[in-house]
Amino acid sequence: MLEKALTGNKGYLLWIAFLLIVVGTGFSSYLKQLSTGLGITGMSRDVSWGLYIGQFTFLVGVAASAVMLVLPYYLHNYKVFGKITILGEFLAVASVTMCLSFIIADLGQPARAFNVLLYATPQSVLFWDMVVLNGYLFLNIVIGWTVLGAESRGAPPPSWVKPLIYLSIPWAISIHTVTAFLYAGLPGRGFWLTAIMAPRFLGSAFASGPALLILFCMFLRKFTKFDAGWTAIQSLAKIVAYAMVISVFFFLCEIFTVYYSQIPEHIYHFTYLLSGLHGHSALTPWMWACMIMGITATVLMIIPATRNSEQVLPIGCALVFFSLWIEKGISLVLVGFIPSPLETLTEYVPTLREISITLGVWGLGFLILTILYKVAITVRLTEGPQTVEH
Amino acid sequence: MDSTRRHFLKIAGLSVLGLGARPLIDAIADVGQPKVEPNPNALVGKRWAMIVDQKKCLKAKEGCKDCVLACHRVHNVPDMPNPKQAVKWIWQAPFEEVFPEVGNVYMAEYMKDSLKGLPLMLLCNHCDNPPCVRVCPTKATFRRDDGIVMMDFHRCIGCRYCMAACPFGARSLNWLDPRPFIKTELNMEFPTRTRGVVEKCNFCDERLAKGLIPACVEACKDKALVFGDVLDPNSEVRALLRQHPSTRRKQHLGTQPQVYYIL
Repeated sequence: MLEKALTGNKGYLLWIAFLLIVVGTGFSSYLKQLSTGLGITGMSRDVSWGLYIGQFTFLVGVAASAVMLVLPYYLHNYKVFGKITILGEFLAVASVTMCLSFIIADLGQPARAFNVLLYATPQSVLFWDMVVLNGYLFLNIVIGWTVLGAESRGAPPPSWVKPLIYLSIPWAISIHTVTAFLYAGLPGRGFWLTAIMAPRFLGSAFASGPALLILFCMFLRKFTKFDAGWTAIQSLAKIVAYAMVISVFFFLCEIFTVYYSQIPEHIYHFTYLLSGLHGHSALTPWMWACMIMGITATVLMIIPATRNSEQVLPIGCALVFFSLWIEKGISLVLVGFIPSPLETLTEYVPTLREISITLGVWGLGFLILTILYKVAITVRLTEGPQTVEH
Repeated sequence: MDSTRRHFLKIAGLSVLGLGARPLIDAIADVGQPKVEPNPNALVGKRWAMIVDQKKCLKAKEGCKDCVLACHRVHNVPDMPNPKQAVKWIWQAPFEEVFPEVGNVYMAEYMKDSLKGLPLMLLCNHCDNPPCVRVCPTKATFRRDDGIVMMDFHRCIGCRYCMAACPFGARSLNWLDPRPFIKTELNMEFPTRTRGVVEKCNFCDERLAKGLIPACVEACKDKALVFGDVLDPNSEVRALLRQHPSTRRKQHLGTQPQVYYIL
C-alpha cells in the first residue's frame, strides 16, 4: 500500500520536499548537538528540561486522542466515525514517533538509550513511559495498517485485530496517565506536585488532538475528494468543546488550591507564570496568550452557532490547539523548574539550533502523517466510502 | 530427506545433552563471580553522614574554599565558564537558598551577627530515601547499604530525571565535554567524565575504601565538616548531634537527608 504515497499532485510533492528540508536541517543541527553535547541548547543546571520534553509531553496528548474516535466507533458502534477512525490512529502513530524522537533528542548519551531495557527498572516511571509509548505505537501501526489493508482488498478486517483495538482504548489512557506521573510524583517540585495532573493531562489531550483532527478533516474536505462528513466533524467538535471546558475547570481547580492555601512552594511557580516573580517574567506573555486563546476557543466551541459554522470552527480549533500547545508544550515543563528548589530564578530561552532540532522532529511527524494519510485516503477513495462491518 | 532429518535429530539430541551437562560443568569448574578483596583499612559504616558546623566555618577567613578545591582536585570536577552549565559537588550558597522554606526574615540578622553573613556549604544530602534513585530508569544512580548515593557515569543515559527529582539542586549534567575545563591537576586515580552524564558528590567512596575520610572534611582546617557513622552512638557525628540543635534541608519532603547543619 505504501506505494500510493509515492505519487501525487504538485502540491503534495512540494509539501513532501519542504518537510524533507525541515527534517534535514533539524538533523544537521542534531549532529552538532551529538558531537558537542546538550550545551548547545538553552537548558541549564536549573532548567534541565526544555523545549524537547515540553513537545514530548504535549504530543503524548495528541497521540492519546485517537481513543476519542476508536471508543465511539468500536465500543458504541458510532458509524459516523467509520471514515476517520483511521485518521486518528495514524495521527497517534505520527505523534508517538515524535514523542520518542524528542526523548532521544533530549538524552545526554543517546547511544546508551537501550540501557533502559538492559537494566529495566520498574520503580522508575520513565521505564513505564517507555513501555506504554512503544506499546501504543505498535498497537496503532498494527491496527491502522491491518484495517486499511483489509479494506484495500475489499475484505473485512481479520478477527485477531479486534482484541488489539479494545486493548488500545485503555492503553491510550495509560500513555497520558503515566506521562503525568513522570511529573506528579516528584518531591520538591511544587508546580507538578498535584494529584489532578493526570486528569488535567487527559482533559487537554482530548481537546488538542480532536481539534487537530478537525483541522485535518476540513483541510482534506477542501483540497481533496476525501470528505469526512460534516456530522463526524460536528461530533468531534462537541468532544473538543467538552474536553476544553473540563481542561479550563481543572486549571481553575489548581489555581484555587494554590492561591487559597498560599503555600509558597506552590504559589511561586504560578506567580512567576501569571505575573512574573522578582522581575523575571519571560513566560508571562506566553501564558496570557494561552489563557486568552483558551477562553476565546472555549466560548467559540460552546456556542452552537459558532461551533456549527464552517468559517468559525477552524478558528476555534486552531485556538484550542495553540492554547494547549503553550500550556503543555512550553509552560508546564519549564515552570516546574522556575524557581529552582533553592528558590533562585534562572530563565530559559531555547537556542536557534534547539528550535531547528525541534522543528525537524515536528517535520518528521508531519512527513509520517502525510504519507500515512495519503495512503489511507487513496485506499478510501478507490474503495469507496464504506464502513467496516464489525 | 531422511538423512537430513536424522542429521537434524542428531544435532538436536546433542544440543539437549549439552544443555543438561551445564550443571555438571558448573559443579566441577568453579565459575563463581570474581571476588574483590576489600582493603583491610577501609572505613566501614552503617549510615554515613556529614555535619556542617557552620559556626566553625565562619572562623575561616572570608573567601576560604579549601573544601571545594580539595573536592575538585580529587574528583577532577570541571570549572565550567557558563554558570548555567556549572558542575557542583560541594559549593556555597546564602542561607535563604539553602533553607528557603524557613522563610524567617529575622534569621538574616542572626546570620549577620553570629555567622558573619557568610554563605553555607551545600552538597548531596545522601538521602536515606533518595528520590533520584527512585526515578532513575537505569539504576545508574543507586544507594549503597551504607547510605552513600552513588553515580555510575558509564551507565547514565543523561535523561536528567534525577535532576528533576532532587529537591536540593545537588546534581549536575555535563552539558559539554568537561575535560577541557578541569582547572586542577588531573587526578589519574579518579575517572574524568564524558559529556551528557550526570554527576554529584559521592561522599568520597573511593577514599573510604582506602581508609581515608572525605577530601573536603580533611581539607577543612577549622573542623567545620565532620564525617562519620550516624548509626554508631559513639561516633563524633552523634556526639555533635547530642550537643547541638541541628537541622536538615527540606525535612518535610521525607527524603531523610544525611547532611546535618549546626547554625
